[in-house]
Amino acid sequence: MTLKQLRSNTHAQLVLGLVFGVAFGFLLQKGGVTEYGVILGQLLLTDFTVVKVMLAAIVVGMIGVFLMNRAGMVSLHTRSGSVGATVIGGLIFGAGFAVLGYCPGTAAGAFGSGALDAAIGMIGIAIGAGIFARFYPALDRTVLKRGEFPAETIPELVGMKRGIVVAVVAVLILCLLYSFEVLGI
Amino acid sequence: MFECFTMASWSPYIVGAGIGVLSWLTFLLSDHPLGCSTAYARTAGMVESVLSQKNVGKMPYYRKFAPKVEWQWMLVLGVVIGAFISAYLSGTFSLQAVPPLFADTFGTGAALRFAVALVGGVLMGLGARWAGGCTSGHGISGTLQLSVASWIAAVCFFAGGILVAGMIYGFPIL
Repeated sequence: MTLKQLRSNTHAQLVLGLVFGVAFGFLLQKGGVTEYGVILGQLLLTDFTVVKVMLAAIVVGMIGVFLMNRAGMVSLHTRSGSVGATVIGGLIFGAGFAVLGYCPGTAAGAFGSGALDAAIGMIGIAIGAGIFARFYPALDRTVLKRGEFPAETIPELVGMKRGIVVAVVAVLILCLLYSFEVLGI
Repeated sequence: MFECFTMASWSPYIVGAGIGVLSWLTFLLSDHPLGCSTAYARTAGMVESVLSQKNVGKMPYYRKFAPKVEWQWMLVLGVVIGAFISAYLSGTFSLQAVPPLFADTFGTGAALRFAVALVGGVLMGLGARWAGGCTSGHGISGTLQLSVASWIAAVCFFAGGILVAGMIYGFPIL
């Protein structure tokens, strides 16, 4: 089976989704980020586990996806954003992040580790998504397209080659992670 | 050799690197970035379609994201299973209604925690779809592709989160 056939095989993709999910959930649980206390610790700036996991994932993922994209093996999936959608939605999400104490992925992982409040949170997330779907046409007409960002990606925004931006971002992230360790954060 | 699977926790750097490698595989084999919140929107659509088939077919958002079980829905299901396996292997699996930090401040009553979790979940689901992604879709997958919207979204997730967490538990710096 070629990659193209695999990607368009609905059945195989359902199985792959499940397998990737099991690996993702396993990692999230081992990282401790499925715990309410760890997520609130991040938001209260007393525990930097969440940011460490995210930055390590970004640096590793970014380099691999960049190289595979350059070799023509994978395509990128970026979308445009705007102040009305990204900033307002992001702040509402942030408020929910602090109140719930899990995010959509880690809530699923927390539920798997036995946290019943995370299961209630998952129901809430689906309700919230349903509310958004209901108001989507009105929001789309009014706020979502307000203040669209001038570019979809950072390389386009700053007018530099993707490879250079990848290298700069990787170095910045590694410096940040190194400084966490030096400062004992 | 298998001790690592029964350890209660791994270094956040190992876990992060593992998620990074996992994202290579999802791009390569599935042509999908890791993400979770669209699956919740599809679930909402599936529930609504049970209640009223006609309505859902007419709603533009569910035409964009069809209410059905697909790759990402299976991913979220897998996260539940994977986390269970990890917790079970390390012996840390336990049913818990109220997290210790919450109980310390607000008491051990499950009803209050469930109500708060429901409200937080609604805000999160609304915000995730409003912003077009969550901590994994924007925070990891979008940022690693150097998406402008995703970096801004990630900053807003934490800005909103830090502000509201401070309002709930008090700002540690002040």
